[in-house]
Amino acid sequence: MEDNHRKKQQQKGPESGVTRRHFLTGAGIGAAGLVAGAPVATGAAPTESAAIIEVGEMVPLTLRINGHPRLLLVEPRWSLAYVLREKLVMTGTKLGCDRGECGACTVLVDGVPRYSCMTLALEAEETEITTLEGLLEGEDLGDVQQAFKEHDAFQCGYCTPGQVMSVEGLLRSNPDPSLDEIRLGVSGNLCRCGAYPNIFKATRRAAELKRGKGDRS
Amino acid sequence: MKAFAPRSLDEAMVRLTEDPDLRLLAGCTDLMVGEPEDRLGLPGVLDLRGLSELRRIEWHDDALEIGAVTPFSQIRDSPEVQKSFPALAEAASKIGGWQIQNRASLGGNMANASPAGDSLPVLLVLEAQVVLVGPEGTRTVPYREFHLGYRQTALGPGEIIGWVRLPKPPENAMQFFRKVGAREAQAISKVVVALLADVSDGRVSEYRLAAGSVAEVPLRLTEVEKAMVGRAAKAEIANLAGHLAAQAVRPIDDVRSTAEYRRFALEQVVRRMTLQLVRRVPE
Repeated sequence: MEDNHRKKQQQKGPESGVTRRHFLTGAGIGAAGLVAGAPVATGAAPTESAAIIEVGEMVPLTLRINGHPRLLLVEPRWSLAYVLREKLVMTGTKLGCDRGECGACTVLVDGVPRYSCMTLALEAEETEITTLEGLLEGEDLGDVQQAFKEHDAFQCGYCTPGQVMSVEGLLRSNPDPSLDEIRLGVSGNLCRCGAYPNIFKATRRAAELKRGKGDRS
Repeated sequence: MKAFAPRSLDEAMVRLTEDPDLRLLAGCTDLMVGEPEDRLGLPGVLDLRGLSELRRIEWHDDALEIGAVTPFSQIRDSPEVQKSFPALAEAASKIGGWQIQNRASLGGNMANASPAGDSLPVLLVLEAQVVLVGPEGTRTVPYREFHLGYRQTALGPGEIIGWVRLPKPPENAMQFFRKVGAREAQAISKVVVALLADVSDGRVSEYRLAAGSVAEVPLRLTEVEKAMVGRAAKAEIANLAGHLAAQAVRPIDDVRSTAEYRRFALEQVVRRMTLQLVRRVPE
């Protein structure tokens, strides 16, 4: 992801004017525009520097989630997890600790697992965000979800969306991980029920399914 | 709250000069630990992750330069780091968990200046140089003189951490890293230790030892180093090294551990590393 991200920026090159990569600055300019055009950010007079966003003021932001662009108004301090759950009502992403310890909020940003509670929504502009909902294949479970179901890789299930996203991210970069690599891959996801052995088994199964070897029942 | 994502160092400098109170972002894994309400009080943020100068791993002369916002996952997986600085590669693979490593950075670890920052003892034993970028240009400070006190650094107003320079370590020297926490991943260290050492002609010729979570800042344990260099490389010196290390620190009791346990754990870790050194058993 980090590399993709970098490439994307490099591809953009030294374009003139405000680019999309200037999302934060651009967002500020957008906000000033909105102040003039519509009463979105009331009470905040446009200031000399267009990039100033007052506390509580919303800025427009486009996030690409599961392949679909979503136009939003956000406060700069909001986390991606908050925006996904509270603003887009995509509750497949769970919030456990909201401080980067438990991993329930894991999503893929440009294919790489990240804590959405530790990512500002603004930072995620210009990236491809994949959430649990995005792993579904139509009405069917995706490979990792199917494997978790087959191997009963949960008890209470609260950590499961995050575990699934970490495994999805792991398998995208490493289609045939060893047990140690799997353990490292889900090292940022806590399971209070201790379902780890089945999570490891499910990861192997998901790798099979993804390679097309698995016989889906 | 103001928010900027500059795409060049120059632009970052301009923003920071205009507004020295901007909080610098290098991965957000410290910033986002606070409550969302806490972020209301922030004057603004300056996200440095888009600066290519600050996001690279490359040799320059005889030093490996690592950009301040390079995520630990990239450091962990870098063949250059693995080959010449295995202790840093090991630390990068033990910080937080997989997702944290995809975001967190050396620059963030340094600027946060926690006594428990896992990469910091490694920077001490590697004798890292920190390149600070300011409006007047760059200046280079030994990492040892950068981390001044509890959450205090030598960073001046309008300055950012650009990159670190890691001088090529002595040939054949062994490097060790060990983090002791409540669990393998996702735990803040009770004790974190780094050692770079070498033996030649049967005597300890090099011994650089540093530890974190044992004082208000990560410490180079120079008393131990002085006592070790020149000694015959025999198993008995391991006990002495551990004992001296435990004497050289000033740990506290807190939520994660006790001062007594920290001393004990440090003593054992240093003893074992030193044993591996004299036996020439790579970790």
